[in-house]
Amino acid sequence: MRNRVAAPPRSVWARLHLRERIRDRDTAIYGVLLLVALVFPAITLYTTDGSTYLIAVAGHAGTYVLLAIGLNVVVGFAGLLDLGYAAFFAIGAYTYALFASQQLLASPIHHAYHFPFWLMMFVGLLIAASAGAVLGFPTLRLRGDYLAIVTLGFGEIVPQVFQNFDQWTGGINAIGGIDQPTLPAWVTGPWAGADSISIVAPFSFSFDPIAYYVLIFILVSVAIVLVNNLQRSRLGRAWMAIREDEVAAAAMGINTVTTKLLAFAIGASFSGFAGAYYGASFGLVSPDDFLFIVSITVLVMIVLGGMGNIPGVIVGAVTIYFILNWFLPLLPPAVESLASSIGLGSLNSRAGDWPGLGNETQNVTLLLFGLILVTMMLLRPQGIFPSRIREQELKHATAQEDEAAIEQAHA
Amino acid sequence: MALLELKGVDAAYGRIQALRKMSIDVNKGEVVALIGSNGAGKTTTLRTISGLMHPQAGTIGFDGRDITTTGPARIVALGICQSPEGRRLFPRMTVQDNLFMGAYSRNDKPGIASDMERVFTLFSRLRERRTQIAGTLSGGEQQMLAMGRALMARPKLLMLDEPSLGLAPILVETIFTIIREINSQGTTVLLVEQNAHKALEVAHRGYVLETGSIVKTGSGQELLASEDVQKAYLGM
Repeated sequence: MRNRVAAPPRSVWARLHLRERIRDRDTAIYGVLLLVALVFPAITLYTTDGSTYLIAVAGHAGTYVLLAIGLNVVVGFAGLLDLGYAAFFAIGAYTYALFASQQLLASPIHHAYHFPFWLMMFVGLLIAASAGAVLGFPTLRLRGDYLAIVTLGFGEIVPQVFQNFDQWTGGINAIGGIDQPTLPAWVTGPWAGADSISIVAPFSFSFDPIAYYVLIFILVSVAIVLVNNLQRSRLGRAWMAIREDEVAAAAMGINTVTTKLLAFAIGASFSGFAGAYYGASFGLVSPDDFLFIVSITVLVMIVLGGMGNIPGVIVGAVTIYFILNWFLPLLPPAVESLASSIGLGSLNSRAGDWPGLGNETQNVTLLLFGLILVTMMLLRPQGIFPSRIREQELKHATAQEDEAAIEQAHA
Repeated sequence: MALLELKGVDAAYGRIQALRKMSIDVNKGEVVALIGSNGAGKTTTLRTISGLMHPQAGTIGFDGRDITTTGPARIVALGICQSPEGRRLFPRMTVQDNLFMGAYSRNDKPGIASDMERVFTLFSRLRERRTQIAGTLSGGEQQMLAMGRALMARPKLLMLDEPSLGLAPILVETIFTIIREINSQGTTVLLVEQNAHKALEVAHRGYVLETGSIVKTGSGQELLASEDVQKAYLGM
């Protein structure tokens, strides 16, 4: 330790202990994320001349952040590999869609319900959580691969059920015209195209990307606080113990049955939230939105971000979402304009078997996505921001390997 | 009255009978050793007591209660804690979190804190390594942690399964000294060991197991002096 010559000035900043806190990596990530989340809308509005497209993309990315946080409870904390997480997302979305649209008018009960979004968000949460417990029940005795297979099946069944019960859900025709959330008052201003800052009362979200962005920002913030507390709680430690060694956990007096059920239920409840938000923000819910690819994408997000570590999972979710929905779609036009600017513009047009550079790029985008994933996993197998424990463990493992290598070299 | 009492317990893994008419009792304040060769049923006895498997016949009583069919979580809460064979630590949790897990069934924060202190006093190595993850500890340290974790439940009965397995002789000595110390602080200990000599030295009483039944019983000294035991287990 260095000797301090003079006591530091006790400014507001000093009292916040910022320097000590920033040394803690996870706090620093949260700080950066918060800053980016707050500044991002202003910057996009300013640089794109009032276009809210990117804000809408960010709002949808927020849905995936919620999903990733929820799945992380099941997979990262409790170590239960769940490949059907999209099912709970679907259940949350359909809960809102059914009870906040004209859909049920055509159903056998001939009555449309229009419950408010704020209520249905919590109903969706409860129903998704119950579904989580229901799925959890038959899987309690299963481990590893077998658990993954059962959850995979559940993930396939649920969207099918929503598709086949078309009397109720409209099946493949999807549910449209879903109600927009309303609030008693809202602030509007130049950012939303209004002339001056004023208060709108009452306010309907009506697909306003900025309003949805604010909503998902709040939802994600609440979710982060909740899971952080969960992780440090007795229950969080019990999940970790079950992940490590189920028999030993039972020997410690942990009721493994309820603890695992709680992991499924709590994990699912986040996607119930996300589902209601998804239904409202798109105004349309279709069985195709919840296919296996959704479950896998969310799983990729948490593995890539750093399984078990909440800030890592959030970074992973945002990264993957923007790669998939912003970077990759942008690629074909970018490649085309690059080609014309370096004098290879002729490649852009279709000729014979050549589909044109733009189309060709389009064809290989998913290949590129796969390459990005493989590269990232090779470079950082532990994820972008792994939990400190995983880091320590990997370091230990490499240290042991090094020792073994040295011993062999001397032998 | 006995703290723990097994009466005519039968237990099996599928069709393989592991325990036959097993009867033992452990009195309050004792160290009792179960010795026997591989496959004699020592570990099965402990698993049956801690509720990880249930007997097909017979009864198990603990502290005036019948726990024959009680589940493991409840049994821990009643005051039986096992430090399982092969230690079964939570390798990716820190030393301190492992100890907290031991106290999982308890709710008294000050009591947990003081027991943590007690464990750190018994095993000073663990104090130095409290934030290290358990998987990176040495074998001896892991055994200490396993015992410390079991103590964190503040058990009435501590069951130790092969605490000396795979340890360097100097550490074996330390472990048995600590077992004696834990016992002198008032915890009853049921000890399963292959190292019969060491076990019988610390034990007040011992049972000799063979193929799932008790074949001999007596005080630790008696068994140490017995010719059969010497021949079969002490290599004399």
